[in-house]
Amino acid sequence: MITTSGLTKVYRSGGREVTALDGVDLHVREGEVYGVLGQSGAGKSTLIRCVNLLERPTAGTVTVAGQDLTALAGRGRRASGALRQARSRIGMVFQHFNLLSSRTVQANVELPLEILGLDRRERGRKALELLDLVGLADKAKSYPAQLSGGQKQRVGIARALAGDPKVLLSDESTSALDPETTRSILGLLRDLNRQLGLTVLLITHEMDVVKTICDSAALMKGGRITESGTVAELLATPGSELARELFPVGGEPSGPDRTVVDVTFHGEAATQPVISQLSRTYNIDISILGAAMDTVAGKQVGRMRIELPGRFEENVVPIGFLREQGLQVDVAGAAAGTDVADAAEALIQEGAK
Amino acid sequence: MTWSQMQPLLHDACLDTLFMVWWSTVYTVLGGLPLGILLYLTERGGLLPNVVVNKAVGAVVNIARSVPFIILIVWLIPFTRLVINTSIGPSAAVVALTIGAIPFFARLVETSLREVDHGLIEAVQAMGGGTWTVIFKVLLPQALASLVAGLTTTVIALIGYSAMAGAVGGGGLGQVAINYGYQRQEHGLMNITIVLLVVIVTVVQLAGDLSVRRLARRTGRQPAPVGVRRLWSANRTPGPRKTEVTEVAPETT
Repeated sequence: MITTSGLTKVYRSGGREVTALDGVDLHVREGEVYGVLGQSGAGKSTLIRCVNLLERPTAGTVTVAGQDLTALAGRGRRASGALRQARSRIGMVFQHFNLLSSRTVQANVELPLEILGLDRRERGRKALELLDLVGLADKAKSYPAQLSGGQKQRVGIARALAGDPKVLLSDESTSALDPETTRSILGLLRDLNRQLGLTVLLITHEMDVVKTICDSAALMKGGRITESGTVAELLATPGSELARELFPVGGEPSGPDRTVVDVTFHGEAATQPVISQLSRTYNIDISILGAAMDTVAGKQVGRMRIELPGRFEENVVPIGFLREQGLQVDVAGAAAGTDVADAAEALIQEGAK
Repeated sequence: MTWSQMQPLLHDACLDTLFMVWWSTVYTVLGGLPLGILLYLTERGGLLPNVVVNKAVGAVVNIARSVPFIILIVWLIPFTRLVINTSIGPSAAVVALTIGAIPFFARLVETSLREVDHGLIEAVQAMGGGTWTVIFKVLLPQALASLVAGLTTTVIALIGYSAMAGAVGGGGLGQVAINYGYQRQEHGLMNITIVLLVVIVTVVQLAGDLSVRRLARRTGRQPAPVGVRRLWSANRTPGPRKTEVTEVAPETT
């Protein structure tokens, strides 16, 4: 639905060049919620603004719903008619809502419809319908200044939906909201994604946002995407930074001669009582050092850090057992040196056999 | 000079002043508003950045603003004669007043538009709006309160200029004050014209303030006081509002 290839943005100011985007390839499938996570300055805001060409990329292409937007854009800063047409089919929600304080809530939602050239009656009907959808039908005649942050963002979402978009871009839409309001706004985005089949690309610096609603995610650092994929894929990737941050597990081994293992659950395996099976089968005592379980996109996923008695060599068979159950198993501590990790890997392979 | 002699004189002079101020205001808005918008749009990083246009318009505006009005009006006499075939009377004064006030108002418009949150412009661009949409649906409505405040200041400046125009044959209260009050030493008449000017300025300022406050209340923000309002508000602004102390009766159960 949204594809960027080799997207590059270089800002020039006073002879200095700052590369905000450095060859970003992003692929968002139709109907999914895709989260781009990164710290401020990572370039994620530039990325989302390049998707509807509010920011002109220095190089690379952007394709939304099969339309190459970079080809539509006229030269110079002014947007061509074709680009404006395309933009009206892409909704955008902002961190600071960007509602016109001089217009009522209803008139704000009508604004994109005015641009589309709908007549007055049609606009009113559509606007009220959208306000109803976001649960603010009773606020139609209020001014934005009279609303709370969460309500303002709901108006922002209603306005973004006015052009019947297939794609919704969310630029830190929950970053100015408190946790509870954030949850309700994310819930609304999730509902819209399901009900309307809306493809959502959102950028955020909050891990919770990704955890709550994203099907896929990407991690951005220094203008590049360092990891991307569906949440399940990321969890299955050994050493994935996103997976580690999504499900942080901590805990130090309680003494020497202990093996610490990080187990990642997803899919079928998450529903099996693997730990107690392991304990019974091999008659070993397992202590849980840390665990994080959650429902991501309707599936139970999580990570757990467990401690097995004895050194690593003695635990090859139990670890093999866990692997057989379809779990992702990483031996902690082994990550410190790759040689050790490779050795561990080889041993586990043998053990499994 | 008796009141019956003064009365028709003042009556006509008042009408002339109002005529000059009204028409020059109309033309100033028609000329200054687009010019201010042009200055805003063409500035660096604006919607239609164009260094040449911006610098050229900016230079003309600055030059026009630095010429004292009394000199401008004299300098413009040939031009005025070209436009309306005369250089005397209120109609002639309107030409000079308008040309003097357009650059002033254009700068105020530019400043007002700069105060509009850039995020709003971006939001409208993201929904497919072009430059005209941005101007008419975002910039002007959002800056309206500030524009009205700027217009109030401009009208008051025009009242002052119109009195200067009176000194060189423009008619109006300024001419009465110069011809009768100064040259014929009619101090009573002079004082009355001053009182009338103060009344006109006050009425304009109050009307402007009222509309600004109405517009601002709707949008839920408080613009900074502009021009004379600062003087007036000095004694109107309440100090820290007294919070009413309500005694809470101890609950008895």
